[in-house]
Amino acid sequence: MHGVKMMLAAGWLGLAPFALPSLAVELRGTGDLGLVIERANGTVAVVETTGRSVLCEVAGLGDLSHASAVFDRSARYGYVFGRDGGLTKVDLLTCGIAKRIVQSGNAIGGAISQDGRLIAVSNYEPGGVKVFDSAGLGLVADIPAVPAGGGAASKVVGLADAPDQRFIFSLYDAGEIWLADLTAPQAPKVTRYEDVGQQPYDGLLAPDGRTYLAGLFGEDGVVRLDLWHPEKGPERILDGYGRGEAALPVYKMPHLQGWTGAGDLLFLPAVGRHEVLVVDRATWQERARIQVAGQPVFATARPDGRQVWVNFAPPDNAKVQVIDVPSLAVATTLSPGKAALHMEFTPRGESVWISLRDENRVVVYDTRTLAEVASLPLAAPSGIFFTARAHRLGL
Amino acid sequence: MGRPRPWLLLALMPLTGASLAGEVPDAARQAELRQLLLQDCGSCHGMTLKGGLGPSLRPTALAQRSVDDLAATIYDGRPGTPMAPWRIVMSRLEARWMAGMLKDGLDARR
Repeated sequence: MHGVKMMLAAGWLGLAPFALPSLAVELRGTGDLGLVIERANGTVAVVETTGRSVLCEVAGLGDLSHASAVFDRSARYGYVFGRDGGLTKVDLLTCGIAKRIVQSGNAIGGAISQDGRLIAVSNYEPGGVKVFDSAGLGLVADIPAVPAGGGAASKVVGLADAPDQRFIFSLYDAGEIWLADLTAPQAPKVTRYEDVGQQPYDGLLAPDGRTYLAGLFGEDGVVRLDLWHPEKGPERILDGYGRGEAALPVYKMPHLQGWTGAGDLLFLPAVGRHEVLVVDRATWQERARIQVAGQPVFATARPDGRQVWVNFAPPDNAKVQVIDVPSLAVATTLSPGKAALHMEFTPRGESVWISLRDENRVVVYDTRTLAEVASLPLAAPSGIFFTARAHRLGL
Repeated sequence: MGRPRPWLLLALMPLTGASLAGEVPDAARQAELRQLLLQDCGSCHGMTLKGGLGPSLRPTALAQRSVDDLAATIYDGRPGTPMAPWRIVMSRLEARWMAGMLKDGLDARR
């Protein structure tokens, strides 16, 4: 198996630049490709979801704890955001590094602009957002996240691309949301929303590009900003969903990105509580809360919205639960294996890939039969990112 | 002065790699705790422990903190911050062992 992988990789590497028809180079598209972060050794694996295999691995990406990736619209290049501030442009076809920079001391993810020309990175140290051109990764703009009252720059979380060539993000330490317009990339225009709540820990943009939500760690609540009416400012939803109970310790920060609306509902992991919160997207009121097997980390809807898959913080992270959306109940509890960190659906959702960090493998489930259909050996896998993300807002 | 009583010895001894038998988890458990440190603590503090949403846990950053203090933070958490009490997955002594390992630096204990 390894031999085949190596040959494939070598073939691409050697021949891709001189793709003469006479050499009968096997051409391929990228729509069924993806990247899996192998977080312990600074490597990403290029995978394909049609035959469910690992094509090759790209090493030398630095500290990949909490790493994530976005794709350019050609879906040939993946931009991998490392914890150590590394930003690496990976060529999925040649299986190599097209460009790599270390742009800060400590980073937490990024986004690609609506037109695909800009890459924004969310930084902890120094706190702020840096924007690069997606071709050569040259610095285009630097937006230090200095709060309204001055003082130290805040850590930035929940960075997403928004329509009209904007980026939106939250200031963890300062409790602010910023909307940055990069239509003139060298001179970003930033709209600040202050005092949105305590410790926004993550944010997401809805797939329709209209709604930005930031989860508040320091209080039980979520902030919503309607990008069709940004002048109205942020509004609190799910206020006090803990209902005054003592705050529960949180063993892993929930992640909001990964939300896909399921019909008129959306599903959000509660902070600390063993619950998935269900919100009505028309009224923004709580519709239900679903008891689950642990503290949810991701609550991710299958692309058609029929199921929501939930994984958990330690010590319950060997389980994954599947919520049946029509009945708003847990339909199945799966035990895929130790440390199920991340779940990614294939573009139309017939399969879901689940990384099992502590078993050094990724498993693939059929979402109709809920049976395991493949297992791929990979070192300490964490994030899984398929190229279909290239064509979706907010990812 | 006679021989120090065991409990006194325990209280006075700085927790290092050479601490009392019984305080040190066995090799298999040490491997589990190291994994926990790198992966689960690493979620917030970075896998190289230089900090993330949570502060740096490198020896230079922890120089002013005592082992007891760190062990209490690990075991009981820090209310008002995202730092959770990790007593759900470890004993108090294991928390002390973790604190000592952080103070020494991971490489010193490899």
